[in-house]
Amino acid sequence: MSNPTTRNLVIGGAAGQGLGSAGHLLARHLVRLGHQVLVTQSYQSRIRGGHNSIALRVSQRTLSAPQERIDLLLALDQETIALHAGDLAPEGRILAAGSPSLPDELRSRTLRVPISDLGGKPLTNFILLGVAASCLGLEASALASAAQAALQKRPELAQKAAGAVRAAQAWANEQAGVRDGMGSVRLPAGTEQGQTRRVLMSGNQAIALGAISAGIRFCAFYPMTPATSVNQTLVSLSERCGLVVEQAEDEIAAINMAIGASFAGAPALVATSGGGFALMTEGVSLAAMTETPLVVVVAQRPGPATGLPTRTEQADLEFVLHAGHGEFPRAVFAPGSVEACFHLTRRACLLAEQSQGPVFVLTDQFLADAHRAIEPFATEALPELRPGSGVPEGAHPAGSFTAAPPSAPPAETAPGDYRRHAFSGTGVSPRRLPGGGPELVVTDSDEHTEAGHLTEDLTVRRQMVAKRLRKERGLRERIVPPERYGDARPELLLVGWGSTRGAILEATDRLRAAGRPTGALLFAQVWPLEPESFADALSAAAAVIAIEGNATGQLARLIRRETGCEIVRRLQRFDGLPITRDYILRALGAEQARSGATKEKP
Amino acid sequence: MNASGDRRDPEVRLEDFGDFETAWCPGCGNFGILAAVKRALVELQIAPHQLLFVSGIGQAAKSPHYLRANLFNGLHGRALPVATGAKLANPELVVLVQSGDGCSYGEGGNHFLAAIRRNIDLTLLAHDNRVYGLTKGQASPTSPRQMQTKAQPGGPTSEAFDPLAVAVTMHASFVARGFAGRQAHLAGLIAAAVRHRGFALVDILQPCVSYNRIHTHRWYEERCYELDGSHDPTDRDAARARIESNQERIPLGILYRNERPVLRERFPALQSGPLVGRSVDRAALAEIVAGF
Ligand SMILES: Cc1ncc(C[n+]2csc(CCOP(=O)(O)OP(=O)(O)O)c2C)c(N)n1
Ligand code: SF4
Repeated sequence: MSNPTTRNLVIGGAAGQGLGSAGHLLARHLVRLGHQVLVTQSYQSRIRGGHNSIALRVSQRTLSAPQERIDLLLALDQETIALHAGDLAPEGRILAAGSPSLPDELRSRTLRVPISDLGGKPLTNFILLGVAASCLGLEASALASAAQAALQKRPELAQKAAGAVRAAQAWANEQAGVRDGMGSVRLPAGTEQGQTRRVLMSGNQAIALGAISAGIRFCAFYPMTPATSVNQTLVSLSERCGLVVEQAEDEIAAINMAIGASFAGAPALVATSGGGFALMTEGVSLAAMTETPLVVVVAQRPGPATGLPTRTEQADLEFVLHAGHGEFPRAVFAPGSVEACFHLTRRACLLAEQSQGPVFVLTDQFLADAHRAIEPFATEALPELRPGSGVPEGAHPAGSFTAAPPSAPPAETAPGDYRRHAFSGTGVSPRRLPGGGPELVVTDSDEHTEAGHLTEDLTVRRQMVAKRLRKERGLRERIVPPERYGDARPELLLVGWGSTRGAILEATDRLRAAGRPTGALLFAQVWPLEPESFADALSAAAAVIAIEGNATGQLARLIRRETGCEIVRRLQRFDGLPITRDYILRALGAEQARSGATKEKP
Repeated sequence: MNASGDRRDPEVRLEDFGDFETAWCPGCGNFGILAAVKRALVELQIAPHQLLFVSGIGQAAKSPHYLRANLFNGLHGRALPVATGAKLANPELVVLVQSGDGCSYGEGGNHFLAAIRRNIDLTLLAHDNRVYGLTKGQASPTSPRQMQTKAQPGGPTSEAFDPLAVAVTMHASFVARGFAGRQAHLAGLIAAAVRHRGFALVDILQPCVSYNRIHTHRWYEERCYELDGSHDPTDRDAARARIESNQERIPLGILYRNERPVLRERFPALQSGPLVGRSVDRAALAEIVAGF
């Protein structure tokens, strides 16, 4: 066992067996002990409806992606073994509830746990957790206490769960198979943490916190997987953070409410998935026309139509890029990590206010739901929004968007002379809020005059189109350039965007470790694209491959449209599962290169 | 309605709301409604900057461009959600929604039902000309079966929608009907609707001289009567009976009214005032992040 630092645990069972809560309990406990943890759904193509599974990848080093090979499989039911045993590492082990029938080759690697002796069927999840704790070499009783604390709102269950964990751990410590056979599973001690303890957070939670930290005050939503947990996190923090979050009658209402709130001075966000966003598109156009700041989070799932509601995909890039009738500028961020979900959502909020229009955060089910141990965000010094008084200086690397200092009064001070859509060099007009003073704030979804009243004057029309489009310059000055990783003049350059970042980074590491000069170019902002910020990387590579979670290579086509540079080689996945490091390596035929290197466990 | 009373503004006069050229056909019922709105605002002494009008798209939805006030003229059918968001963001604004029957009951039908259920504190002035004016004369949700149009030569294929019956059935907190031809009476209804705390619907019968040959000014004058003290607006059954009785006698006035909690009371965040102008509680946020 060389370099046995990373462990992958999978817990599987029937829906309703409580494996999510058990998995998160263990994950949280491990984070407290100083481990790096990444929690994802276990993505497994044979999985059918009714079967659930959750994967915990544990390590001492920062983790950026899930892995496929399993070191310890907790099987709450027989089906779990049938579905996941194929992914078991050569020295992997199974903890099975009760006495499932097993193929010969698995018998010696499976520990059968007598559920009825240790607390009974309803506690299966906690019993297996206790046994797993023992196998991992965790201190007895600490996990039991953690279970007790986590379930404090249901004291009776908390008592039973803690008892089951304790009993199971005691039983397991007596088993020869656990004492001697779990070398490949045991975890080393957690690493020291600094003063700030790491926390376990999902992409969607980070988006909600990023929004709150930037000053978002209003959210309206219609539930849709996988965006729901953004809205849910905002709901759960609404009282403490002073937010209004309302469930709307449909997505059309949700986006229009958000626009109304933003117009009146409460920074607003909506979060949905493709089908809900389809209904919102008229609102995107409205935000652009009325120059109302708005943040739209689109968490992708496979389409068309209802598609695969609980799976992942990256097929709505072109949709988000073009959604909304008419021509207007926009920015689209595509975070590639939990941290980026926080920081880019913040950036989107500030940019929406600065550009007075729609800004997007494009994620997907994988990133939305994946929980990872992260350093807590430093929230003290972060700038926040003040609608109507500009975005604070220093909030953005490129400074304030508006030509006039944001705090200066508008040139026209006579009541009623305020012009909401006054022409300016940047395309952005001084903002006032209705009811905030004697100025009247008027805007219209029809083409309008500077004062906001509807017009059919075709000269004004031309000027207004040009005004709105001028904002693109400001957006371009504030682009987040693509991240470069690995070799600068590589034999192979892996190009990706959004949530595939982790898998691409890890694949790059593997290829380089195997002696192959490899680089990665990762887009965290997919619009606008500035060719100068990445074209040289494309031409410096001997070969380029675009890696995307869709069937048609949407980013590759966008790059071609914007740079004329065609990325011919494509690695595309569209079966609803995320792109993993192993998927990339397999697809690249890199298995051979790997076998030459140290036989290290993934 | 609002929190406008605490500001001591100079007296609000009719001239404060301006006098603008309109794009309406001469003789259109919208003129009477516009005049009644201004009269009501003077009666209420609400200054232009304290008001937010929200409208959709249609001839009626242009109305707020013809007076001085804050205005968000949004998309067809979507005035109510925009108004809901704005009112929640700043409950101190007096919010009025103005749009046609097509916009309010057709394209925006789901929002109409939701606004009643939410009891959002704003006033909906539905200019009900029983036809689509702006798109040149197609049937609207309130067109009767016998109304022939270019697009519905045999009359509409659906039964007419009765907004008042629906509103009363759903316990809407203020339900009134006015007529564009009785300006003073209509102004009184609008003022009462704005004063009312909660969702207030004023369905306004509006002749369209260009596309509705049935429901003319005269047709309404012959049929409308004003409710008097004999009608108790807190009696829901009485309201229903008035609405559903003989179509040849059309009641004008406050048909139904109740007092119930308004939407903003359900949000703890709004107990400390408007959402506008707040800052992030950084200490709380740091604590929240550390608790994940
Ligand atoms: C989404 C959308 N669909 C259709 C239209 C076209 N349209 C504009 S106004 C209108 C109907 C107008 O009727 P109503 O709301 O009763 O108002 P009126 O013009 O009669 O005052 C329609 C269908 C539109 N602007 N937007
Ligand atoms: S078409 Fe009808 S509703 Fe529209 S302005 Fe003319 S008369 Fe009024």
